[in-house]
Amino acid sequence: MPFTSLCEWSRRLSAGEISAVELARLYLERVARYNGRLNAFVHHDEEAILEQAAASDAHRAKHGARALEGLPIAIKDIFCTREGPTQCCSNILRGYQAPYDAHVITLLKEAGAVLFGKTNMDEFAMGSSNETSAFGPCRNPWDAERIPGGSSGGSACAVAAGLAPAALGTDTGGSIRQPASLCGITGLKPTYGRVSRRGIIAFASSLDQAGPMTRSVEDAALLASVLCGHDPADATSVSNVPQIDWKAAVGRQDLKGVRIGRPREYFSEGMDAGVLGCVERALECCQGLGAEIVDISLPHTEAAVATYYVIAPSEASANLARYDGVRFGHRCEQPRDLLDLYTRTRDEGFGPEVKRRILTGTFALSSGYYDAYYLKAQKVRTLIRQDFLRAFEQVDVIATPTSPVTAFRIGEKTNDPLTMYLADVFTIAVNLAGLPALSQPCGFVDGLPVGLQWIAPAWREDRLLSAAAAYEKATDWLSRTPELEAMA
Amino acid sequence: MSWEVVIGLEVHVQVNTKTKAFCGCSTAFGAEPNTQTCPVCLGMPGQLPVLNMDAVTKTVLTGLAIDATINLESRFDRKNYFYPDLPKGYQISQFAIPLVEHGHLDIPVGGGEKRIGITRIHLEEDAGKSLHEGLEGVSHIDLNRSGIPLMEIVSEPDMRSADEAVAYLKQLHQLVRFLDVSDADMEKGQFRCDANVSVRRPGQPFGTRTELKNLNSFRFIKQAIEYEAMRQIELIEDGGKVVQETRLFDSTKGVTRSMRSKEEAHDYRYFPEPDLPPLRLEREQVEQIRRGMPELPAQMRRRFEQEYGLSSYDAEVLTQTRELAAWYESLAAAHPADPKRCANWLANELLGRLKESGRDIVDSPVSAQQLAGLLDRIADNTISGKIAKDVLDAMIESGEDADAIIEARGLKQVTDTTAIDDMIREVMAANPEQVAQYKAGKEKLFGFFVGQVMKASRGKANPAMVNERLKVLLRE
Repeated sequence: MPFTSLCEWSRRLSAGEISAVELARLYLERVARYNGRLNAFVHHDEEAILEQAAASDAHRAKHGARALEGLPIAIKDIFCTREGPTQCCSNILRGYQAPYDAHVITLLKEAGAVLFGKTNMDEFAMGSSNETSAFGPCRNPWDAERIPGGSSGGSACAVAAGLAPAALGTDTGGSIRQPASLCGITGLKPTYGRVSRRGIIAFASSLDQAGPMTRSVEDAALLASVLCGHDPADATSVSNVPQIDWKAAVGRQDLKGVRIGRPREYFSEGMDAGVLGCVERALECCQGLGAEIVDISLPHTEAAVATYYVIAPSEASANLARYDGVRFGHRCEQPRDLLDLYTRTRDEGFGPEVKRRILTGTFALSSGYYDAYYLKAQKVRTLIRQDFLRAFEQVDVIATPTSPVTAFRIGEKTNDPLTMYLADVFTIAVNLAGLPALSQPCGFVDGLPVGLQWIAPAWREDRLLSAAAAYEKATDWLSRTPELEAMA
Repeated sequence: MSWEVVIGLEVHVQVNTKTKAFCGCSTAFGAEPNTQTCPVCLGMPGQLPVLNMDAVTKTVLTGLAIDATINLESRFDRKNYFYPDLPKGYQISQFAIPLVEHGHLDIPVGGGEKRIGITRIHLEEDAGKSLHEGLEGVSHIDLNRSGIPLMEIVSEPDMRSADEAVAYLKQLHQLVRFLDVSDADMEKGQFRCDANVSVRRPGQPFGTRTELKNLNSFRFIKQAIEYEAMRQIELIEDGGKVVQETRLFDSTKGVTRSMRSKEEAHDYRYFPEPDLPPLRLEREQVEQIRRGMPELPAQMRRRFEQEYGLSSYDAEVLTQTRELAAWYESLAAAHPADPKRCANWLANELLGRLKESGRDIVDSPVSAQQLAGLLDRIADNTISGKIAKDVLDAMIESGEDADAIIEARGLKQVTDTTAIDDMIREVMAANPEQVAQYKAGKEKLFGFFVGQVMKASRGKANPAMVNERLKVLLRE
């Protein structure tokens, strides 16, 4: 039951087989039982959830069902919500109550969804393991000694462990896809500009994009159909782009005539052999469904991580300047003067990884270094974007591993930020190029999930969903669920 | 050997849009602190800027008025620094590619004109205000101003004296008010100036400059530049060196004081604002803005000289503000017979009287139509110019029409020849001695007779007719 898909719940709700309140209770019980160990949720207000569910049942009875009527959706702690705290899993925002809903939260509410608590994440979405959270690490449901990935680790864990049927995540360098991969679920990062960023706490504004984290591809399409759309109050939200027929996109059964690019830089030696094997077998499966596999090259892949770790921290250093103890969030006790207020507030409020990135970004933007770092990174970013443009002249969609490794142990990479940064090596280029990408389960290595990443040209989320849906129907990875009893 | 002062000015002009640069908050001045704010201009987490196109239009209009290049693609950048009245920890500004570049402004200098280059105009947001006065151990922050659009207008170092700097500022001040892109009220901080000042021997390269801040009136600007130039000259002549630094003008002492050195200067770490795409304008948009360009002061001055036959001085005075010029044109339209008389009466009489009570033309209790009514009575000899001044005083006091006052006070001029002749004969009869002396050749006495007749008429006799008839009757 808890591993039922969003679409299936929607059908059962419509058929009257279950009420929204009953559905909410089902998951609330799961949370009560497993969250103590998994730490997927950092805020969960049972009363508020049941209230929303009851309101949804009433709405259905009176006016009929909306797109997400009665469906519980877990929310990454990065989305501002009027109800409950929005803390970005940082001490500097501990107890912060946002006075507004993020635009996508408004959309969820208008679609009848039940906001199902705030999920754990790396502090300010800076991390690939969920270990930088001020609320302690979230755990991987497949092995509680391991990380769930990050930064949307709590959302991935909640869906994988059946604590919620779906969740919202954000993806700046892989923060939806990498945890989806490591937890064995589906995660979609839409094209930059497809989803409004308004009310989502900014990490790196030119890279951040929100998206669904779900059990199935069809679920991702359902949630995306609600989240995507122009928001005039976000100047980077785009209006004049092709709209997606989300339902049609996931209807595909085969991959006849689809050219799938296999970028050699993503299948390099030194990768985990088990992961590589899973992805290769997935491509063979796609071939069996009629796809043509085309060897391609994305020559600037190697520079993606370095480029990202200049651009993202640079933007973050400015985005996080507002946490100064003056208007909201944490303020140090008894500041001696203005400088003391700033330095102590920020020293106490930010964790080590966030400080590292603020310092990196401040350095990269400093007079005398700007050209060598920020400007050069922007130029490489253009080259990376061009790599993809050229590749998509040859192929319809690109397939790669989502992560070079399966979930690693908690603490394994904490003291080695560079190795940690390399965990995002296959997801980062997509953000730099602003492209849509999706990760879905494609096998297991030693009982740990492996993710297959699909990348499409800008605004062609339909291609991702078609390919992923066809592959999903041809395999049965969705039927595998983690054994949680020991974690109760 | 003489010294030359080199001055470049950075002027911050508040754009008079209804709402702020990047959110929908009101820009009205004088509201209770922090009542005109929203999550965007408070820098709350997750909030995003949306550009106010009205601010863009007004900046483009200003750019067109100074004959500048309008960059069809410009960009916004973040200027990073920490200050409590800067909510986001950065100011959205334009650094690498401003909206406007390469313009100029011609300023009056010693009877001629001098062209001052304008390097750029960029659009940015204002910060809030920190309030320290009257507070013990705390500061207060008012964020009503946070996010109000500013044009930063940066000149070339083309000015060579404090007077030129002031002339440039006055010209710019007049321009933005004519264009209605800013109210430019200096007391409200809507027109703020920083000056870059250096000195050199003529023909030598530029000297090291200092930046002067806190120059919030034309008078202070002149004082500060003159003080600073003298300070630099004396420093160099005493064997010292000018240090590049920012200096604050202390208006009570009339001196500049070091605020921060070059080493202490901020590194603003500018980088492109990722929340705003590049600002792209179509050529047609710019042309449409150009078509909406009002008449500029220089054009208007020329037209006033040609169309109304005014002296360049009068044209200058009457085009000081758009409101005054419009007032003059209504007056001239209502009293078309004599545009020069209109100019004299407006510039010398009405404005002078208003100024005495600290009022501006827009506060005038006498309308242009009413003043025209008064001038009509001068033209048709109902009253003399002298009497008219008294009538104007009464009009300002009561707001009544000239005719009503003339009627009520019986000020109507005597233009009847018989009546004037009677008065002249009476005066001659009363002053036989003077008549005899006049007739004997003492022609100086003519003025005496005029005065006596005017006195007898209590000022109401038409002076020209009195003159004419006196000449005739004294000769009899």
